[in-house]
Amino acid sequence: MSQTTSLLRWLHPATVPPKLRGWVIPLAGLFLWWAAYRFQWTDSQFFVPISKVLETGARMTQGGEIFIALGASLYRMLLGFVIGSLVGLAVGALLGVSRLAERMVGPSFHTVKQVSLFAWIPLISLWFGLGDMAKIAFLSLAAFFPVVLNTFEGIRSVAREHVEVARIFAYSRWQLFAKVVLPSAAPSIFTGIYLALIYAWLATLGAEYLLTSGVGIGNLLTDGREHFWMDQVLLGIVVVGIVGFILNWTASKVEARLLRWRSAQMAQF
Amino acid sequence: MSTAQITRIDEASALARAQEKGKEAVALAPTDWLHRIRPPSWRTLGNLSLAWPLPLFVLLVWQLASTYEWVPPQILPSPMTVAATFRELLETGELRDNMLISFSRVLWGFLLGAGAGGLLGIAMGLSPLAKDYLYPSFKIFAQVPVLGWLPLLMMLVGIDEALKIILISKAAFVPITLNTYKGLQGVPNSYIEVARVFGFNRWQLLRRVVLPAAFPPIWSGVRYGLTHAWLALVGVELLASSEGLGFLIVYGRQLYQLDVVLAAVVVVGAVGFVLDKALALVETRLLRWRRESF
Repeated sequence: MSQTTSLLRWLHPATVPPKLRGWVIPLAGLFLWWAAYRFQWTDSQFFVPISKVLETGARMTQGGEIFIALGASLYRMLLGFVIGSLVGLAVGALLGVSRLAERMVGPSFHTVKQVSLFAWIPLISLWFGLGDMAKIAFLSLAAFFPVVLNTFEGIRSVAREHVEVARIFAYSRWQLFAKVVLPSAAPSIFTGIYLALIYAWLATLGAEYLLTSGVGIGNLLTDGREHFWMDQVLLGIVVVGIVGFILNWTASKVEARLLRWRSAQMAQF
Repeated sequence: MSTAQITRIDEASALARAQEKGKEAVALAPTDWLHRIRPPSWRTLGNLSLAWPLPLFVLLVWQLASTYEWVPPQILPSPMTVAATFRELLETGELRDNMLISFSRVLWGFLLGAGAGGLLGIAMGLSPLAKDYLYPSFKIFAQVPVLGWLPLLMMLVGIDEALKIILISKAAFVPITLNTYKGLQGVPNSYIEVARVFGFNRWQLLRRVVLPAAFPPIWSGVRYGLTHAWLALVGVELLASSEGLGFLIVYGRQLYQLDVVLAAVVVVGAVGFVLDKALALVETRLLRWRRESF
């Protein structure tokens, strides 16, 4: 009796230390995967053991294939991201600062942004071909929309009082922009840039699937699928996940660093 | 009195009541209507007139470019051609059929993803234990974008309906889970303390304090979810489909019929616009109380 209760207590989710709880499900999943191979629960041709994925990973790392693919993808992504973000910042700032510009361009922008991103690819492929040029144009477009929106909203939501105080201090237009508007819009702008990074990464895969020329991580995935190489597909997913994770992590660190003053200010209150 | 008479009296009174109600409705409707739709002020008219030059200019340049054949029509058909194609697609019912297919995919995918995401978000938001166990796995799962899963799913479930619905639900699932969880986490402790003071039980606390307070972030999660679902739909239909709006685009592209592509792109944009606006409208309606308090 006491044995069963102790066993139950041991199995109860609350007994696992909080720090280890997050590992339970992933480890259970890996264990099931291993067990499925070990005890041959399935004979599907798609089923590959963990070891095979690791092997393929080691082979492609040593051969450098994965770095070439990843490098090509990241290069395009960063280029598109930078172009799209810069243009987006400029447009967003213009829309935010000038009411006239907002009224003239805003409605068109809001209409165009509703077109789902991938719907542009067929047009872009006709206009720019299937090469790097088309992919970079598409990635810029992907990064452009969130940056414009968030820059615009950030600038619009600058508190009226702050602007009034700046007026009292007789700030010039430039000072007003650099010392009041930009800092208070910064969090929103960062959200935009952060979203742009995520969107650019999503769009990289889309561009590589749909504009199939060239090398890239997306091509690695489609290649694996076409040849029924499950190990390569799974490896590709892991790499995509890791890149996504690193992008997220870097963006949040950069944001925390650049917006240090925010938490310091909060502490003063 | 005979039963017939009673029925007649009943009928008469019912009729009278209906008339009364009708009168009420007639009396109310115009004022209500007038109250709601005011003539646009000069200011809004001015704003609207400012919005038109840019699109009109683009259309004009586009039209000129095709009339004088600055670019070959295979690369840029004239706006007139696009409009004609659009009408043709409408008349043949091709557009409607493909739209209905796309809609049902988005609907099912979204409902599935939103339901699962809502449940997971609530579980993680309310129970620290569930959060400890599930959140890291959720993060791992969310790290790979929708299109990253596509090749794997194509191998596992083929390119049928299941593929589209799974991917669309994944697209909706992630933002809804995250926002529900964060929204519930963000409910200020002071609210909960006040509710404790009022002696609310768990259900009342959830129903009357926690959910309303967390509603705005949850709802923006729903909006993101729907936007992402629509994005995923178009992506999936472009890649693996033989019907739907995305397929219409691919099909037009393959035959070098850019007029079909452009018409379909316009429809994709319009649908996205309507979806987003509809959810925004629901939001302002559901959040009336919030506006009143400021």
